[in-house]
Amino acid sequence: MRSFFYIFTALAVIGLAFWAYQENYKTQAALDQTEELQAAIGQARSRLATLKAEWAYLNRPDRLRELADINYDRLGLLPLAPEQFGKTDQIAYPALNSSYVITDPVDVSSSEELQ
Amino acid sequence: MIRTPLRPLARILDARSKGENPDAIERENIRLRHEEMRDRARQRAEGRLLVLGLFFFCAFSAVGMRMAALSATEPTEPRASAAGAAIMAQRADIVDRQGRILATNLETYALYAQPTEMIDPEHSATELARIFPELDRESLLKDFTGKRKFLWIRKKLSPEQKQAVHDIGDPGLMFGPREMRLYPNGHLAAHVLGGAGFGREGVHAAEVIGVAGVERQFNELLRDPANEGKALQLSLDLSVQAAAERVLSGGMKLMNAKGAAAILMDVHSGEILSLVSLPDFDPNDRPRPPTQGHAADSPLFNRAVQGVYELGSTFKIFAAAQAMELGLANPSTIVDIRGPLRWGKFKIRDFHNYGKELTLTKIIVKSSNIGTARVAQQIGVDRQKDFLRSLGLFEATPVELTEAGGGKPLLPKNWSELSTMTISYGHGLSATPMHLAAAYAAIANGGTKVEPTLLKRDKAQTGPRVMSAQTARAARMMLRKVVSEGTASFGEVPGYAVGGKTGTADKPKENGGGYYDDRVIATFASMFPAYDPQYVLVVTLDEPSENSGDKPRRTAGWTAVPVAGEMIRRIAPLLGLRPEIEPDTLADITLTSN
Repeated sequence: MRSFFYIFTALAVIGLAFWAYQENYKTQAALDQTEELQAAIGQARSRLATLKAEWAYLNRPDRLRELADINYDRLGLLPLAPEQFGKTDQIAYPALNSSYVITDPVDVSSSEELQ
Repeated sequence: MIRTPLRPLARILDARSKGENPDAIERENIRLRHEEMRDRARQRAEGRLLVLGLFFFCAFSAVGMRMAALSATEPTEPRASAAGAAIMAQRADIVDRQGRILATNLETYALYAQPTEMIDPEHSATELARIFPELDRESLLKDFTGKRKFLWIRKKLSPEQKQAVHDIGDPGLMFGPREMRLYPNGHLAAHVLGGAGFGREGVHAAEVIGVAGVERQFNELLRDPANEGKALQLSLDLSVQAAAERVLSGGMKLMNAKGAAAILMDVHSGEILSLVSLPDFDPNDRPRPPTQGHAADSPLFNRAVQGVYELGSTFKIFAAAQAMELGLANPSTIVDIRGPLRWGKFKIRDFHNYGKELTLTKIIVKSSNIGTARVAQQIGVDRQKDFLRSLGLFEATPVELTEAGGGKPLLPKNWSELSTMTISYGHGLSATPMHLAAAYAAIANGGTKVEPTLLKRDKAQTGPRVMSAQTARAARMMLRKVVSEGTASFGEVPGYAVGGKTGTADKPKENGGGYYDDRVIATFASMFPAYDPQYVLVVTLDEPSENSGDKPRRTAGWTAVPVAGEMIRRIAPLLGLRPEIEPDTLADITLTSN
């Protein structure tokens, strides 16, 4: 009985050691992967920051204004002015014999959200 | 173990036969046995002490070795930290109210040299001078061949420059990573942002610290890692700011002014949507403070919060509002305006002669100094002081700029009745345009004090009440009439019902001794739409002169007002205000009961 107990204990120690060894290596692998991912995130962040800075630089109001001036012939862009706000009575009423039939209900808002 | 008998029979018998005491033998044997026991106990104790000593030696050497190892190795971050180890820029971005970037960071490199490791200093110096025209070949060569072991060459490099330096191929030229502050919009909102520079510098990194504006005001917050890189959101609106700067700089040139400032403020929340001071600068390349001349003429000077000026007739509405609040007058009260009004040796005159008497509304509309001074006389010194203090005109504005603390109003040392009379039309008390905007916002929002802020707020401020809603409404109607039929007629913008008050103040001479005849500060403080004000706009021009007529015109009505009108025309649509037909003024509804 005693010898059986000794053998069993020795086997258990060997088994647990093997398990701990495996877990240790798994942890190391996970940590390595985390580090790689952190580095990748860091690089992606810095790339994103650079891209955002470039986007902001390309969208700076001075440049957009110059582009609008250069392309005035094609696009005809002008600064927003009060005259450009339309009124509902400026829109022609649809003809009575219109073939267009509304089957779905449509949500209509009387006020216009500008932003 | 065989115990030695204490009384061995042979020896006892032998001793008895010799007539000796046999007990002596027993005692001798007991002594020997005790000695033996003592020796054993000592040996055992010594053994235990040795083991214990060994144990302590091992324990202390383990601790000592661990300490030595910790102090001798490079520190590393714990690999298994669960915090996610966020990799962030060292300084948070600054964005406008819609999240558009106003200030961000860019990775770049600094260039330094270690002359001891250089192979061909002559070639390197020649090439560096070719790449960077501002560097001098001779002084570089002197540094490279002299005793110096380390020198910085440039703080920032563009990628192209870095490649060019790389191509020189000298191992003594090295790059240190840097984060630099970038303001992608250039001059835009320069005075608000301020600028940033390098603090402590090392080879591997350098601190970026704010030197002015919000960058300096919120330096700690922007650098706080606990903030996790969350951007600082300002109340400014990029497109509104751009339009305001464009129109104001055009207006400044047209009116031949040497400087200009404009503030656009939400009257309910106190948010500043646009703050312009011209001339301005590029915060990416912030100029050095001037060493000669007036600080106020430098582009670094923020006229909107640092420029303390006498703001002229724009103050008249405060006297009128207070008179109405105190019940001394109502908009149709008749006031005697025969001039000149004397007080001691001092005479108060009007710009034109407006007749003998005018109603309070007309006094504001025509901008009569005499009429306002008479109203102020009725108000008295103490009550006027209290009212102006409640509007925030006695302290520096609380706006979040380091420069704002420098804009403390100049008050008369001895506040006499004459001071009360002159201050009622804006002379004798100097304040910044920001003070004026905050005070006008109190009239515009129905009578509660507003503190101007540069940070985005979600809801209206609930400041202390400084005047009743009725008084505020009556004051707004007066201001509307100033534009529709008075001195600010050029400020009329169809659909936006502008209301406001002009102010033209002579500039005091720098070294004392009276005022200039031909230099003025022209101010237009306005609100729109006057029947339900949302925004206050203050425009100030420094030394304007409108030269289209026979004589140069310098009054605000000819200079600041048209500029402000054009600004409102351009800005209001950007703010989402659609032009509307002004509602008719309704007769006051009186509650009656049967």
